[in-house]
Amino acid sequence: MTEKRKIGDVILDLQGISLSFGGVRALTDISFDVRQHEIRSIIGPNGAGKSSMLNVINGVYHPQQGSIVFRGEKRKAMNPTRVARQGIARTFQNIALFKGMSVLDNIMTGRNTKMRNGLFSNAIWLGKARDEEMKHRRKVEEVIDFLEIQHIRKTPVGRLPYGLQKRVELARALAAEPEMLLLDEPMAGMNLEEKQDMCRFILDVNDEFGTTIVLIEHDMGVVMDISDRVVVLDYGKKIGDGTPDEVMHNPDVINAYLGTSH
Amino acid sequence: MLETSSQAIPTIDASTFPRLLLRNARIRGDLPAIREKDLGIWQTWTWAQVYDEVRAFACGLAALGFKRGMTLAVIGDNRPRLYWAMAAAQCLGGIPVPLYQDAPAADMCYVLDDAEVDFAIAEDQEQVDKLFEIKQTLPLASHLSHIVVDYERGLRHYTQSELHGYAKIQELGCQFDREHPDFFLHEVETGSAQETAVILYTSGTTGKPKGVCHSHQAMLATTNTLVTFDQLNQQDNILCYLPLAWIGDFLYSYAQSLYTGLCLNCPESPQTVMTDLREIGPSYYFGPPRIYENILTQVMIRIEDASWIKRKMFHHFMAVAKRVGLRILNREQGIGIADRLSYALGELLVYGPLKNVLGFSRVKVAYTGGEAIGPDLFDFYRSIGINLKQLYGMTETCVTICMQTSGDVKLDTVGKPMAGVEVKIAADGEVLVRSQGLMQGYFKREDATAEAIDADGYFHTGDAGLFDRDGHLKIIDRAKDVGKMADGTMFAPKYIENKLKFFPFIKEAVAFGDGRKECTAFVNIDMDAVGNWAERRGISYSGYTDLASQQAVYDLIHDCVEKVNADLAQDALLSNSQICRFLILHKELDPDDDELTRTRKVRRRFIADKYAVLIDALYMGKTSQYIETQVKFEDGRQGKVSADLKIRDAKTFIETRKAA
Repeated sequence: MTEKRKIGDVILDLQGISLSFGGVRALTDISFDVRQHEIRSIIGPNGAGKSSMLNVINGVYHPQQGSIVFRGEKRKAMNPTRVARQGIARTFQNIALFKGMSVLDNIMTGRNTKMRNGLFSNAIWLGKARDEEMKHRRKVEEVIDFLEIQHIRKTPVGRLPYGLQKRVELARALAAEPEMLLLDEPMAGMNLEEKQDMCRFILDVNDEFGTTIVLIEHDMGVVMDISDRVVVLDYGKKIGDGTPDEVMHNPDVINAYLGTSH
Repeated sequence: MLETSSQAIPTIDASTFPRLLLRNARIRGDLPAIREKDLGIWQTWTWAQVYDEVRAFACGLAALGFKRGMTLAVIGDNRPRLYWAMAAAQCLGGIPVPLYQDAPAADMCYVLDDAEVDFAIAEDQEQVDKLFEIKQTLPLASHLSHIVVDYERGLRHYTQSELHGYAKIQELGCQFDREHPDFFLHEVETGSAQETAVILYTSGTTGKPKGVCHSHQAMLATTNTLVTFDQLNQQDNILCYLPLAWIGDFLYSYAQSLYTGLCLNCPESPQTVMTDLREIGPSYYFGPPRIYENILTQVMIRIEDASWIKRKMFHHFMAVAKRVGLRILNREQGIGIADRLSYALGELLVYGPLKNVLGFSRVKVAYTGGEAIGPDLFDFYRSIGINLKQLYGMTETCVTICMQTSGDVKLDTVGKPMAGVEVKIAADGEVLVRSQGLMQGYFKREDATAEAIDADGYFHTGDAGLFDRDGHLKIIDRAKDVGKMADGTMFAPKYIENKLKFFPFIKEAVAFGDGRKECTAFVNIDMDAVGNWAERRGISYSGYTDLASQQAVYDLIHDCVEKVNADLAQDALLSNSQICRFLILHKELDPDDDELTRTRKVRRRFIADKYAVLIDALYMGKTSQYIETQVKFEDGRQGKVSADLKIRDAKTFIETRKAA
């Protein structure tokens, strides 16, 4: 590629986030921001608070302290549904798909927040409901085409190998046409080829749709290759923030990863 | 064995591919010409629409400077736009050169340079990347100055001036067409039947690929023979899923479609072929034995996983089919009422639904060719009522040398010579062919052409064969591969390998024995079949190398090898080439490692060199041998696989001729 994606203004700003469960401090005074169209990674050793961070953005956890500003609007207490409506979609570390349903139906559930017709009109399949379903189906088919999973369209998710299930999960998140996509370890447990495919899809999503991506990942190679900026957490504290290059040469980060005495 | 042609070339206005397109647009403009599944829905283009598409693209190419006699490289899967691009090039008097889309950049480079390609159409980003990579290393003969891309995803930030979107070129073409309204038809008029219609590069089991040039006349005369033979018409449907670069696709899909007006169907993606096959239900089907084998393997795996009632029913009716089905298909007399009834019930309960699932419900004729087909495989399809037949031919002869006639089908022959084809067996057993479908020659290789076609106009196929009592041609092996064992008896490696490969567990085999006292073999297991077999027995494995080295798997293959030996022992000519020792290779033979050709034929000599240490071990009677091999991964990286390979002795049998 010759031209770099255009990175915009701050879209999500987190200030002084602290989260604790009883006596356990999961996150302590963490501040960072995410700019529009960028790929932002959160890394750190096990138990560093990465998934908690994602759950805070996602509205699953409510931090005791700190503020979250999304698109210039300060967030009050929120539940995940409202966050989804605002245009934030996510995938999960341990795949959360409906195993018995087909790939197509699973991705269709991603359109849930966009469906306008009520239970009744959908149930009796009124003209409006039919038109709407066709519209949603078209969008879902575009996502299927984009992620190259046409061959498993009708296959029950439970029968698919792990790598493809991960891709279906990404498809479901994409079907919601999110402005921001949260990916929780999208490459965990994959082989090299699957990882490369996934990287290409993440870059393509970012490039084609301009989706802002926040990503948690263990594989340092991947993170350094595709991220614009990286936040490093350790024991619930932020120990580094910057471009992949800066982070890689940050002594605190090296300590945390190579495990010198704490 | 001579037969002469009575078939003249069709009427004047159908003498070239572009004129056929014009004719189809005129007389069957509203009928479907081509379909493609896009976003889950089959989209159809009529002949009139195809004509417009081709005309616009051709004019676009002309606007870019495409001239008569130039070549257009076509790289990608079977997409309507790639077929149209071939037609567009032909309309301008240019020559399409389809390439194998899965070939790595280095292989493509040779062909592009040899064919002096300036214009290319590529399916997607992957192919475009390859072309730009090649462009840097190209010698001077090819400039690759224009690359048109069908599917533009991921290319937004490419700024190279050579790159054009397909729609952009058509826009340019429409404008050009308005400014020069007579141009297109004039170009089509100018084209003559003697001009080269296409250059197809042969995969080349030895040496560099050669470009085979076919004229419009040769192609269309052959198409006429084919269409008459199987009575194809505009009602027929074909699923085009085989590589564009292969003569089979050009002839059976592209040429037959233009000639008869039948409809082509492009699959959604290479992985969806099975589903698409079922949805389309083609009436004419062609595939190499490998594909029929894959389908059967899939069926068998699914059946083994089915409930016991279904399994029982399947096996019961397959036994009925085996007993009765073949005779019914061969229109034999004297089949009892009870048998006919049970077969009809089988059709209702098993064969019908099975054919439906496989997409074979409407198949009038299905062909297999390119390699020998296993008896079980061949009989399976025929016994459930699919009219599967064999044919014989090669790129240089527009395939079509011999084909089996419906109702006159034998397992071990390829049928009688087609109308207009003369077949002669040379003194040394080589099959010689003279026909109207013969190539014009190899592109820029007069020397090679002179070697292949003799002064009398006979093409030397390089295959050893013979005619049987009924005038059917029987192919034994590649003439140059047929050798002699140390005791002077014939050694035909492919014959032995095919026997091995007929077992579903064996994917590939290479036999050695030329000039030796004994015959030995390398075996590649079939990952799907053996994997499933292992799973059923609770054998765990981590990958190909691990599975291939398991004791139980060795036992399994050992059984297959001994069955082959028992079979060979019954043949007086070949009983000396029973396999004494074998080993299972630690990696799958792969075209990326040059061990197979792109059409998956074994490159015997290359393998013999590469694995010389294994061959030595086989003949020295060792029980195991360590080997380390370089492999190329699909992403182009290199790696190493190593293993300590076990070597097994197999039982051989004393010649026991079957009483006739």
